Amino acid sequence: MNGSRTGRRVARMLTACGRGLVQALASQFAGVPLLVGSLLSVVFLPLGLGVLTTPLLLKGARAFADTERRWAREWSGVPIASPYRPLPRTEPGLIGRIELCRELLKDPATWRDLLWLLVNVPVGALLGVLPAALLVNGLGGLLVAPFLVAFTSAHHLYWTLNIPLGALCLAVAVFGAPLFVKAHALFCSVLLSPGRGQLTARVDSLTDSRSQVVDASAAELRRIERDLHDGAQARLVALGMNIGLAEQLIKHDPEAASQLMVEAREHSGQALSDLRDLVRGIHPPVLAERGLDGAVRALALTMPFPVDVRIELPGRPEAPVESAVYFAVAEALTNAAKHSGAGRAWAQLSHEDGRLVAIVGDDGMGGASASPGGGLAGVERRLAAFDGVLVVTSPAGGPTIITMELPCALSSPRT
Amino acid sequence: MRVVIAEDLTLLRDGLIRLLTAYGLEVVEAVDNGPSLVQALAVHKPDVAVVDVRLPPTHTDEGLRAALDARRHTPDLPVLVLSQHVEQLYAKELLAASGGGLGYLLKDRVSDVTRFVDAVRTVAAGGTVLDPVVVSQLLSRHSKNKTLQNLTPREQEVLGLMAEGRTNAGIGGRLTITEKAVCKHINNIFSKLDLLPHDDDNRRVLAVLAYLNETDPSSS
Repeated sequence: MNGSRTGRRVARMLTACGRGLVQALASQFAGVPLLVGSLLSVVFLPLGLGVLTTPLLLKGARAFADTERRWAREWSGVPIASPYRPLPRTEPGLIGRIELCRELLKDPATWRDLLWLLVNVPVGALLGVLPAALLVNGLGGLLVAPFLVAFTSAHHLYWTLNIPLGALCLAVAVFGAPLFVKAHALFCSVLLSPGRGQLTARVDSLTDSRSQVVDASAAELRRIERDLHDGAQARLVALGMNIGLAEQLIKHDPEAASQLMVEAREHSGQALSDLRDLVRGIHPPVLAERGLDGAVRALALTMPFPVDVRIELPGRPEAPVESAVYFAVAEALTNAAKHSGAGRAWAQLSHEDGRLVAIVGDDGMGGASASPGGGLAGVERRLAAFDGVLVVTSPAGGPTIITMELPCALSSPRT
Repeated sequence: MRVVIAEDLTLLRDGLIRLLTAYGLEVVEAVDNGPSLVQALAVHKPDVAVVDVRLPPTHTDEGLRAALDARRHTPDLPVLVLSQHVEQLYAKELLAASGGGLGYLLKDRVSDVTRFVDAVRTVAAGGTVLDPVVVSQLLSRHSKNKTLQNLTPREQEVLGLMAEGRTNAGIGGRLTITEKAVCKHINNIFSKLDLLPHDDDNRRVLAVLAYLNETDPSSS
């Protein structure tokens, strides 16, 4: 019992020593090149070459920082939230690269990464090497020094002192090694967590998007109320009136009564058609029946031009996300149909790295934008409620490409 | 004529039974969910099935899927699909299933009783009936198509009614022209669209629909 507990403790110490060494090596051999490379690359941005290397190196730094975040969580139980802003999907060309650089450099988390890389060079090395150094020193003091004292004449006092010192080192190593790894995790969490400013900004943007969503849904409810009041309800009143009158007339004037019944049927048909339009605006039935995949295909068939639909979704997103994405794609396609003069369009939906990406493009004349008050701005607002982003690329002369992206999980596919 | 009905809302199910019975059709079974529909179709082998798109247990397009499934086992089983809304997508899927005896109508159409019963009979006889909304969407989608623009307004009207699945007599009645005049229009339409003329009403409908489904709306 006692033996196994000691065994476990030794195993824990050895693991911690190993982990410390890995982190120390990483802080030098991954950290230093990434730091120096990133800084040089940013400095050389004006010369052009940096445009290609900066995104690569900064993404490398992010990957390294993410690895440290994972280690902190898995090894020491210190959770560190990822602070990065979502990156827009950019085109592969040079313009896309420049756009990417700008987004990366605008994100404060990038600069905190670089600061962390710098401080981590000494701190990571020190905290990483210490457990192993203590262990080696302790073993040296306890195993080597007694021999030197007993069998040689060299520096008796020095080596004799080394024996209790070795014992101390070993004790610290055995009991403290995991604490050094944890200390490193805590150090990382200071610089790699979202900064206070970022959190404040996040709260601001959440407050903002929440009030917009509340406003939008209140306006939506008012619209539905008005549509019902002026549409279906009024028609049902007229319907009741016609039937009532027909009931009175049916004996004296069957001719007039039958005319009233024909009108009544027309009213019922119009009421149904009003309700159908309303339902389509709230939640299209085909979306409920077929999910995003079927609904977008159905939408494509109603467009005045051919739409190439490509959908690769291994499952279904949550209903609110599904609905937001559907209306976003619908708005983008409707825009293309109304304004672009396009001959064809395409819609692609895919899911990668926990993000749903919808791309709607057309070969029209371009010039689309998410101007305030427009349909695309509404889509942008609606997506923002899900932390989604909308990017419009629409140079004069076309083509227009609208990219929408939002984080979401997919449920397992239905069978 | 033996009919199986699948409709989950009691009010509408009872209404359909009453309506069809009043016109001398025999409702052999009325079910309210997808699995029962599959079973009822297999047991009764009805002359026609009247099926709501949305049925329990999933409340999605259970009815449509069950109907398409049943047609795979019994290829010429006539099915009239009813729905609160019409989708080009569903129309396309139904038409892709081989053979005739297919209908796709808005539930609203039930209120025009005689026309609805006519539609049930047409489908049972192997004909094709499409809701006017589906047809007008199809035609408006192709409104920029040069070939369709070559048709005279009267010919376009005839084309629309033909796509809904009406017979020459039906089209003549609707436009108050003689059947002979209808025939003339139809021959013109077929030659302008480069389609082979058919005497059979149903093959004619299918040819028109295939033309509308296949032509690229942007080609001009």
